[in-house]
Amino acid sequence: MLDYITSYLSSNTTPGQAGNVFWALVYIMVVFGGVSVAVMAMNWLERKALAHFQIRLGPMRVGPHGLLQPIADAIKLLTKEDIVPSEADKFVFWLAPLIILCASFTVYIVVPFGPTHAITDLNIGILFMLGVSSLSVLGVVMAGWASNSHYPLIGALRSSAQMISYEVAMGLAVVSAILMTSLNATGTGTLSMIGIVQAQQSQQMWFLFKFFPLGFIAFGIFAIAMVAETNRAPFDLPEAESELTAGFHTEYSGLRWSLFMLGEYAAMIAVSSIAVTLWVGGWMRPFPNWLTGETWDLVFSLIPGFLFLGLAFIAFIGVARMPKHPYFRVQTIGLAGFGAVLGLIGLVLFAPPVRDRIQDIFWFCAKVAVFMYLYIWYRATFPRYRFDQLMRVGWKVLLPVSIGVLILTAIMGVLF
Amino acid sequence: MGDQITKDPASFISHLELDQPDKTFLDSNELIINMGPQHPATHGVLRVILKLDGEKVLGTECVIGYLHRGVEKIAEHRTYTMFNPYVDRMDYVAAVSNGLGYCEAVEKLMNVQAPPRANYIRVILTELNRLASHQLWLGTHALDIGAMTPLFYTFRDREEILKIFEKYCGARLTTHAFRIGGCLYETYDGFEQDVKKFIDFLPPKIDEYEELLTTNRIWVERTKGVGKITAADCVALGVTGPVLRASGVKWDLRKAQPYAAYSEFDFDIPIGQSGDTYDRYLVRMEEMRQSLRIIRQAVERIPEGPIMAKVPKVIKPAVGEIYHSIEAPKGELGYFIVSDGSTQPYRIRVRPPSFVNLQALDLMVRGQLVADVIAVIGTLDIVLGEVDR
Repeated sequence: MLDYITSYLSSNTTPGQAGNVFWALVYIMVVFGGVSVAVMAMNWLERKALAHFQIRLGPMRVGPHGLLQPIADAIKLLTKEDIVPSEADKFVFWLAPLIILCASFTVYIVVPFGPTHAITDLNIGILFMLGVSSLSVLGVVMAGWASNSHYPLIGALRSSAQMISYEVAMGLAVVSAILMTSLNATGTGTLSMIGIVQAQQSQQMWFLFKFFPLGFIAFGIFAIAMVAETNRAPFDLPEAESELTAGFHTEYSGLRWSLFMLGEYAAMIAVSSIAVTLWVGGWMRPFPNWLTGETWDLVFSLIPGFLFLGLAFIAFIGVARMPKHPYFRVQTIGLAGFGAVLGLIGLVLFAPPVRDRIQDIFWFCAKVAVFMYLYIWYRATFPRYRFDQLMRVGWKVLLPVSIGVLILTAIMGVLF
Repeated sequence: MGDQITKDPASFISHLELDQPDKTFLDSNELIINMGPQHPATHGVLRVILKLDGEKVLGTECVIGYLHRGVEKIAEHRTYTMFNPYVDRMDYVAAVSNGLGYCEAVEKLMNVQAPPRANYIRVILTELNRLASHQLWLGTHALDIGAMTPLFYTFRDREEILKIFEKYCGARLTTHAFRIGGCLYETYDGFEQDVKKFIDFLPPKIDEYEELLTTNRIWVERTKGVGKITAADCVALGVTGPVLRASGVKWDLRKAQPYAAYSEFDFDIPIGQSGDTYDRYLVRMEEMRQSLRIIRQAVERIPEGPIMAKVPKVIKPAVGEIYHSIEAPKGELGYFIVSDGSTQPYRIRVRPPSFVNLQALDLMVRGQLVADVIAVIGTLDIVLGEVDR
């Protein structure tokens, strides 16, 4: 039994490929737990960052600097009355958020956090991700239809049209990245998420800079399409607050509504990780070819530890700046505790065995985090597109450009 | 009308149901949706019934009256002085302009002239109020179109204006700043410095708003060519204010029939050409700059002297009637007052710019998309307190 459990550790693949159910289950729990925590963190971060863009403070009351706000929100949403409109199609109404949630969480099976750190490595990984994540359209349409109300219906129709049309451009951009994976001695490409990153490793180049500017344009198309795909600003028409009150989830409240939100944020992280895997070198650290050698390896492996120590330092600055008043004592202690936890994590990350194992995961998450920040930045900056303009951008701009990039990539691939 | 409110919403859609849509081979049904009265983008309790063919708007009908307080009727049971604070509650984001219009109308009825210093104070406060109103418009209009951030920037800067109001008369929103015959309060110590500081403070902020929006591709696409209205249509419907000027008509009551001290200042009337939402946006942005110009001149040349004309304690105008209108931030704000010689007006009729401008909504959005309805409601800059009174 113990041999079975430890057999994965000596293997050089993902638990799914090693056929080790125990470790696969552990990975599944870790990944899903991690994504749920990331969603909560993202929720807090979005409110804070957006607030600071808009000269506000954001959540400040629940926990130090509102750190416990997502938990308070979760408790509130869980305990809210569960309202189902009397005219709704109850079964479909119940099913819709679950579909969205399942679709956006299932894709994490193939997300490669490291060369061996994925639940499994499907040989059709990217296809699986695109396919499963587009199932969430179904949930949106079902939610809009089952609510039996006008605003959700219009929101759902908009959403289905939008998600389907942007998927085309998105898929073509992905194909041009996949074409690049075939530029090796054997001439065979791969759809495996891990294989794609390894291809970038062996070609010693992020696909972002491959055939400059082709890789760049393909990445740009994907970066635009993924915002539209996840229904985020400036493409947040399905839930355009000022037009359709809340779009397809107007009639949802409480737990079901929070499932939609969970699904939306999980989908955001999922598509960001596709972008990171395909163009920005997945788990690879920055400059793996340029800054080589033992010293640089050491320097880069220390970054995670220093990052957490830096966060701890910021937290302690916050502690020092807290008003010295009994009313703030709990908050100060809480923030100090938070800083201490961060510092402890930072110190643990310095330990050599942890340092080496955590590297890939850290760089992957850091790159995804940059994309998540971009999402917030877009939301603070841009007005919302109108429906016909959105369609025009999708079909008349992104689609032809992505076809052109695909053709040119193919030509370049043959020539060089 | 009253009993209809309890009926089915469909009973309102009179003229919308009359015109039959073109039959397509699909023979699809139109969607009739209720936008409001509780809706995040109808600026209060406006209810717009939309007839949609997919996303396309086939017709609209506004249902108003949710904020009706019977202001005009109240006037018949109040003395002229007592009614003065009530007008602040009509267009509550431009309360000072409302008060100015009413006071001037009554003064005209009584043949009283406010002293020059009072007129200058009136101009300064009214123009500050115009800025506050335009800032609120800009923030909410941008929010409707999906840009959240300008709202917070405009509210941050509007706060400075409200602070000046608060220091001057104690109230921030419904100021009741003026009295019949002049002003009740002398300016506080440091008023001029505060105003001067503010007019130096605001221009970079206006640039900041423009930086976020004016050349923003999405903003331009969302506003250019949306909600077009021609000058002829504007005139026919009685539309006034920035909406009229954006259609190319150079009509501003501050120039056309100067009141208060406006004839003594040098300022331009910005006009647009195409009469679309983008032009209205540009016109209002330029108006904010021109308002600053007026305030600068006024605060530099403010004369000394009394602030109140000789007005009898009991205001009892002679029998007669008067119509006086001013250029409120939203358009022509007129007061028609009929006096029967008693202490109470026989009838007051208000010509509210928001109400008249709102009538252009249907014309402006027919054939456009749902999202444009929101943009047009925003660009008309309506305040439901004034529409319903």
